[in-house]
Amino acid sequence: MSDTSVPDTKTGKSFKLKAFVNKYGILLIFIGICILLSVLTISNGTSVFLKFRNIVNVLRQSSVIGIIAMGVTFVIITGGIDLSSGSLVAMIGVLSAMLARNVLHLPMIIPVIAAMLLGILAGSINGALHAKFKIPPFIATLGMMTIARGVAFLVTNGRPVDNLTPSFQQLGQGTILDFGQNFFIPVPVLVFLVVILVSNFLLSNTRFGKFTYALGGNEQAAYICGVNVDRHKILVYGYAGLLSGIAAVVLTSRISAGQPSAGNMYELDAIASAVIGGTSLQGGIGTIGGTVVGTLIIAVMNNGLDLMGVSSYWQQILKGLIILIAVIIDTMRHQVSR
Amino acid sequence: MAEEYLLEMEHIRKEFPGVLALSDVTLKVKAGTVHALMGENGAGKSTLMKCLLGIYRPDDGIIRFDEVIYEEMDIHSSLNLGISMIHQELSPIPYMTVAENIFLGREPIRGKIGWVNSKKQTEMTLELFKGLGIDIDPDMKMVDLSIANMQMVEIATAISYNSKLIIMDEPTSAITEKEVAHLFRMINNLREKGVAVIYITHKMDEVFQIADEVTVLRDGAFVDTKLASEIDKNGLISMMVGRELTNFFPKLDVEIGEVKMEVRNLTLKGKFENVSFEVRRGEILGIAGLMGSGRTEVIESIFGVYPPDSGEILVDGKPVKIDQPMDAIEIGMGLLTEDRKLSGLFLPLSVMDNMVYSSIGNFMNKIGLNFKRMKVECEKQRKALSLKTPSLAQRVVNLSGGNQQKVLIARWLLTEPDILFLDEPTRGIDVGAKSEIHKLTSKLAELGKAIVMVSSEMPEVLGMSDRIVVMHEGKKAGELSRKDATQERILQLAAGEALTL
Ligand SMILES: Nc1ncnc2c1ncn2[C@@H]1O[C@H](COP(=O)(O)OP(=O)(O)OP(=O)(O)O)[C@@H](O)[C@H]1O
Ligand SMILES: [Mg+2]
Repeated sequence: MSDTSVPDTKTGKSFKLKAFVNKYGILLIFIGICILLSVLTISNGTSVFLKFRNIVNVLRQSSVIGIIAMGVTFVIITGGIDLSSGSLVAMIGVLSAMLARNVLHLPMIIPVIAAMLLGILAGSINGALHAKFKIPPFIATLGMMTIARGVAFLVTNGRPVDNLTPSFQQLGQGTILDFGQNFFIPVPVLVFLVVILVSNFLLSNTRFGKFTYALGGNEQAAYICGVNVDRHKILVYGYAGLLSGIAAVVLTSRISAGQPSAGNMYELDAIASAVIGGTSLQGGIGTIGGTVVGTLIIAVMNNGLDLMGVSSYWQQILKGLIILIAVIIDTMRHQVSR
Repeated sequence: MAEEYLLEMEHIRKEFPGVLALSDVTLKVKAGTVHALMGENGAGKSTLMKCLLGIYRPDDGIIRFDEVIYEEMDIHSSLNLGISMIHQELSPIPYMTVAENIFLGREPIRGKIGWVNSKKQTEMTLELFKGLGIDIDPDMKMVDLSIANMQMVEIATAISYNSKLIIMDEPTSAITEKEVAHLFRMINNLREKGVAVIYITHKMDEVFQIADEVTVLRDGAFVDTKLASEIDKNGLISMMVGRELTNFFPKLDVEIGEVKMEVRNLTLKGKFENVSFEVRRGEILGIAGLMGSGRTEVIESIFGVYPPDSGEILVDGKPVKIDQPMDAIEIGMGLLTEDRKLSGLFLPLSVMDNMVYSSIGNFMNKIGLNFKRMKVECEKQRKALSLKTPSLAQRVVNLSGGNQQKVLIARWLLTEPDILFLDEPTRGIDVGAKSEIHKLTSKLAELGKAIVMVSSEMPEVLGMSDRIVVMHEGKKAGELSRKDATQERILQLAAGEALTL
């Protein structure tokens, strides 16, 4: 019942420090986790976690979820949610794999373009369901999630689509700047990097990005400021769909097959990445940098716990705890200060 | 000596990042009096009251209430102690009923399980309303109420706690004269019962009508406390702004040009019917009428927020089609909406972001947004409107109410509109800034802009308009030229009577 619902800082002398922690808190936590894991995984005098191969491995593993999470960040900033990304990865994955089979001999670009177009289409349908038919995004994308998963199983009869062209497989398995064991960049990591840069530019340097914040900040006000609200929603969900398409290509190529069961629960990891990175589910707040760090925290945790031989059951529990802690910290940051 | 005060706040200090909101402020209020708290936008009035309620924790100072000393309050105990507040920004729960909103958290319950006894709740609400002479259906949803009625519900809620002290932060910013008179009767009743009222307002006349004592704050500092009978309007203003203020309605004599916009037979079912008027370049057209007479709806409809069912809009003599606000902005229109929280501000975003949204196309270069130019332009507006904020990066939610309004005005000035619709442009704005905004409006007219201004404040309508359209129940009741317009005539038309004066 107060007119200042979210002042950001507490009173006291240490405003500067507070502001710093507020801004970079999640990054500090990430660095802390890395240091901890580096120490905990020391064997024979070297830290397994810090080995180049391992770091690259973490990045490669995080790239698919990371790419999806970029799009999900946009959606959440508008105040929406996208549950369909994991299933879209599966559906688009198997469809593009069909186009990439060795029997057709199509150039690699065709399944890639097809995947991107399919992603845009499916995402735009999500957006249109929400914008034009006023279906809450949770429901609209839940429907899409179920349908896409069904399509993936239907067209493949539940079997993987394999025997893909070598050029297509490069997308998930290839490397660039390859100097042997000591330095190389896997293509998925490169794709992830490009998606990060483009998304960051879109969100913070363009009208598209500003409108995204506006929608989440106050939809009615955005409308009166001249934002074409319906169109913008479709564009945002379309962009998220596009990134699901790209993620589908990367994943399919990496595992050398279109799997109808692929991408299971990826949407939740992507949402978790965004939320851990400080994106507010209320809308209006969030950054690409934050989501990147959120993605990396999840990936590093999984990896570190693997290295330490912690069972995957425990890993699940710990991941859940991390998400909860991140949200609690975030809520406290935005709570009414006195 | 101390015993005669119900409330004493002494040496109160409160600092926010980059803002010293209160420094060494003293406020002493006697039971059974109405104590006006005055000051410019951002002077610290709301902050002081939130310290009293325990919404903020003061950095320093003491609060003595009912002879007990507190270093800080907390929101639950302040209510129990008998302090309630009508907040500056309304915060109803939109999809709950009036009765549910009033009794939130203290619903009458039935049986052991604790079902809410909604019938009893409705009855209690009716009882409360009857005592206060309010006529609102307790079972209506809050969203369906007009802003004025929401305000009345908020007032009734505060009174229903049977508090010893009621704080009213700009309670009349959204209600008309009739309701103001009603509110004052309620306040007089409270005073007779020995309740103390702290009354915050920017409307000078109200102070002298209702207040016994006045405390003035300036830039977070205590200026003085005086008996209302000791001072006059000019004295009070110079206490508030620290200088004399002379010309209240600096209306310039502007040459009026050709017709810029004309609307013909505009109709939106259930809202307004057959409304026609024109506005010329350089002209300020006032739209007067009672709350709910369709003034806001007409201009929002022209602007495309909800397009009219029938009728024509002509700009520069040519019919235009406006399906949504985007189209209106394209044509060169701007709309400052009535409710800044609901349809104006992006609360989580910065001051700068809030300013640039409707003109964002002007800040593009080949590769993206030009933040440097954005900053320069926003700084200009900040200076021109003497906006009080530690920086453009401050989140707008942390600004005082009046300064939030200035941010919105800046937003529309940045679009350089040819036709500007202003809906209650000076709501919640202090006297100094108000005359700044009036000056600015006049200057815009001088530049050849056409201005349509809806206002419930009679002096503002009379002082600023070249011509006045008066609405009554969704229809245009009449039109008055500047020289023919008087308060009485406007009121007659607004009440749906024929002109006799
Ligand atoms: N939560 C907050 N965080 C940061 N600054 C704040 C916060 N609340 C208020 N301020 C600042 O403190 C100052 C006093 O604000 P306050 O809301 O008390 O003014 P006010 O006198 O009520 O003005 P108005 O008449 O415009 O409502 C302003 O400069 C405002 O920006
Ligand atoms: Mg205030």
